[in-house]
Formats: sequence, C-alpha cells, structure tokens
Amino acid sequence: MVEEDDDLILSELPDEELVPQMHDDLYDGLADEITEGVNILLERGWTPYDILTKALVEGMRIVGIDFRDGILFVPEVLLAANAMKAGMSILKPLLIETGAPRLGKMVIGTVKGDIHDIGKNLVSMMMEGAGFEIVDLGINNPVENYLEALERERADILGMSALLTTTMPYMKVVIDTMKEKGVRDDYIIMVGGAPLNEEFGRAIGADAYCRDAAVAVEMAKTLMARRHNLPA
Amino acid sequence: MLALNDHGMVDAGLSAPQALAGVFPGRVLVIACGALAREILALRKLNRWDHLELTCLPAKLHLHPELIPDAVARAIEDARPHYDRIFVAYADCGTGGLLAARCRELGVEMVAGPHCYSFFDGNAAFAARADAEMRAFFLTDFLVRQFDAFVWKPMGLDRHPELREMLFGHYERLIYLAQAQDARLDTEAARCARRLGLAYERRTTGYGDLATALATLSPEAVA
Ligand code: B12
Repeated sequence: MVEEDDDLILSELPDEELVPQMHDDLYDGLADEITEGVNILLERGWTPYDILTKALVEGMRIVGIDFRDGILFVPEVLLAANAMKAGMSILKPLLIETGAPRLGKMVIGTVKGDIHDIGKNLVSMMMEGAGFEIVDLGINNPVENYLEALERERADILGMSALLTTTMPYMKVVIDTMKEKGVRDDYIIMVGGAPLNEEFGRAIGADAYCRDAAVAVEMAKTLMARRHNLPA
Repeated sequence: MLALNDHGMVDAGLSAPQALAGVFPGRVLVIACGALAREILALRKLNRWDHLELTCLPAKLHLHPELIPDAVARAIEDARPHYDRIFVAYADCGTGGLLAARCRELGVEMVAGPHCYSFFDGNAAFAARADAEMRAFFLTDFLVRQFDAFVWKPMGLDRHPELREMLFGHYERLIYLAQAQDARLDTEAARCARRLGLAYERRTTGYGDLATALATLSPEAVA
C-alpha cells in the first residue's frame, strides 16, 4: 500500500494542478478518479466543453502519442479509453444542453471480415470529444451498411477502419460502389488502421488516410472547413 | 541439430551460429519468424532438407508489425555474403504489403499469404472460409504453447480480466489449427478457449503452404 499522506485529495487541488492530475489519471486508466475530477470541475463552474477538451481529450492525446511511440500497448489504451468514457458519460447530456459546437457528422465502421475495433472506437471517441456527431456501425460492415447509414443520417464524413491485409482492399469496394451510385463526392472519406498508409489511401480514392485519432480529428476539421468554403 | 525452446522464440529469436563464419555454397538460409522455428526444423528433419539453415527473428515483432520490414531487411543484408540463396519465412503479417515490397527490392522470396493462420490452413482454403470463420480466433501449435506470453499477457488479461469483453466480445469460437499431432496441445488449446470464454474446435492443418514453399528450395526443385 502507498502511505496515507501520498493519497491525493483531488478536490483540494487548484485547477492548474487538477487538470494535469486528470491527464495522469486518464493515462493510468483510473475511471473513478476521472469521474470525480469531472464532477469537481463542473462544481467549479467549468463548461462541459472545456472539461472535455482540456482535461479528457488532451489526456487521451498524450496516451495516443505514447502508444505511437511504443511506450503504451493495447491494454493501457483500452483502460484509458474506459476512463475517458466514464467522464464523457457525465458530460454528454450537458454538452447537448449547453450547445457545444457541432462540427459535422461521421458514420464510422470496421469493414467486412474484420473484427478489430479498438482503433475505430478510439477515433470515434476523440472525434466526438472534438465536437463531431458519431454514428458507429460497429464491426464487419458490408458496403450496404455504409451506404444506408450515410443517407439515413445525412452524414458529412465516412470513416472506415481495417486492421487486416485481407480486409483493407474492401475499402475500395465501398468507394467504387459510391462512385457507381454517383454519391462519392457527397461525402468526405477518411480511412485508417495500422497496415494502411498514405499511398493506399490515395490509391483507393479516399480523401485522407490518418495514422491516428489525433490526426483524424485535425484532418476532419480541415476537410470540413474546405468543404464549407466550396462554392455551392 | 539446433536446440530449440519456444519461449526463447517469443522475445529473442535464433541465429544460425555458422552464419557469420564463412561462405556456404549450395546452402539456403531461411530467415523466419520465431513462431515458425519448431515447424521449419520439423520439416527439415522430415524431408532431410539438410541444405536449409535457419535463423529466426523474435516472434514478438508481430505485436508491432511496422518493425518487421526493417528487421527482416537487416537480417537479409547480414546474411547475404554467406549464402547462395535466402528465403524469408514470413507472410505479410500486417505490414500492408511493405514486407513483400522490401523482399522484392532485395531479390528475396517469401511465403505467400496474409499470415501464418492462413498459410498453415492453406491460403486458398482459408480465404474460402473467411466469411464463415470471421468470428473465430485462431491458434497454432506455437501460440498454444506461448498463449500466455503472446496473447494473455500482452493483451493485459492477466492484470485486467475485465478487458476480456472489449477484446474478445465479438468472438464466438477458438479454432486450434494443429500442425503436429499432439494430444497435450489439444488439451491445452481447449483450456485457452475456456479461459477466453469461447467454444473450441480443432482442425489438423499440418504445415500447409509453408511445406510447399520450403520444398521449392530443395536442390531437386531448382528448375
Ligand atoms: C489488439 C489486436 C487484436 C485483438 C483485437 C481486439 C479488438 N476488439 O479489436 C485480438 C487479440 C482479438 C485480435 C484478433 C485477431 N488478429 Co489482431 N491484432 C491486434 C494488434 C496487436 C493491435 C491492434 C490494435 O488494436 N491497436 C491499437 C489501436 C489503438 O491502434 P489501431 O487499430 O492502429 O488504430 C489507430 C490508427 O490505425 C487509426 N485508425 C484506425 N482505424 C481508423 C479509422 C479511421 C476512419 C481513421 C481516420 C483512423 C483510424 O487511429 C487509431 C487510433 O489512434 C495488431 C498488431 C498491431 N500492432 O497493429 C494485431 C493484428 C492486426 N492482428 C492480426 C491477426 C492476424 C489477427 C487474427 C486473425 C489472429 C487470430 N489468432 O485469429 C484475429 C482477427 C480475426 C478477425 N476476423 O478480424 C494481424 C494481421 C495480419 C495481417 N496480415 O493483416 C496483426 C497485424 C498482428 C500480426 N502481425 O500478426 N487482434
């Protein structure tokens, strides 16, 4: 056991120490501490949007960097994601009430034949944290699922994830079908997953390949802005 | 004959001890993933492929496939002066085609297919079953032996059993693709399935396309 006086009392920390402490707690996957931290900041009058971006999203960004650099591996990322989810579940209803910015709507799913969903879930979470509305289709999606959801949801962005060399070519099937139906240019298409790369993204006709969730958020913002600037 | 311990194959790999000492005319070096060491040595013995020399990279590279192409290329460069022919016993292994591109550049052949589950089963058969077996998690002889080191611990299930649902929640069964006939491995694989909460199936594959690929390296096979 840690000594008694090493235990931190979160509510006694000033904001400028509490927020970095929450980054640490997120890094360590401590869901209860994150819940507590979020509640303290709310009591102190922080807006839900500020808590989300400054405490949670920023914390996950650090987790993302250390995953990329091989310092953290899959279980740590999952635990951190769970902690973030705990914080988000408090903030989500409040964000809607307080009218936080809505940047666009994304339909996302892992492609047919592929069961890997950790990366996709992380992207969804970070995109949601940044102010995008997310429609998550889960795993193993045939082209019909994507098309149906894009239309039903009047989405702006399609996100596809694949972790297997055998399933990544299916992204091209989806994009080609969209071209055939004449709807390709109605959407921004973003793709990702560890075995993909920039060249592959270009070859299949996606608008962007993103190597991680942080890049995905920035890319989505850029592409949305570019889209709005286009003449109608 | 080389002494082999599977556990060493996870982290450390294996080097052909003579590799750097001289030049070996007519000899073929197989640069393999540690997860295939025992199987390649078994095939070598069975078929009397005495011309084959084996060197292995740590199987753990599979958890970081982006490191595989450079690691294999380095092993090729190191061995090249000493061997007439080099063969890479890796499949794509999640490198998104980069390992194949690298081997092509270096003029070295490799095993066809996406990963070892596929080439043990036979690439064509595995692909044909892909839809039906989409919710199956596969183990090979190596993975049954190294289940804790390769699956249970790296996925954090030893420390955080609650992650089981996030990791394996979409899976229905575990299929043990058996290379050798070994009742103990069968029992152990069934235990792995129980630990993951999955139904258990066993399929004898033998060495599949790995055997076919290595057979092309024997002197008689040279066209
Ligand atoms: C964890 C893991 C698993 C878990 C998956 C749990 C789950 N619920 O997802 C388990 C253990 C269950 C598993 C199973 C299998 N796996 Co697996 N797995 C991995 C591993 C180790 C990590 C993947 C991961 O989750 N990374 C963590 C996340 C955070 O990273 P990420 O997925 O790359 O996502 C980031 C970016 O890529 C990007 N991104 C991802 N998606 C998207 C989408 C969009 C739109 C955008 C913009 C960005 C984006 O942002 C994310 C966040 O930063 C990889 C190896 C590796 N290091 O990549 C192998 C790996 C992908 N698996 C592999 C294999 C072979 C399998 C199995 C067939 C193995 C088996 N024994 O049966 C099965 C698959 C069955 C199936 N039908 O799909 C191989 C694939 C080989 C190949 N040729 O393709 C790999 C490469 C390992 C290897 N080298 O052998 N696996």
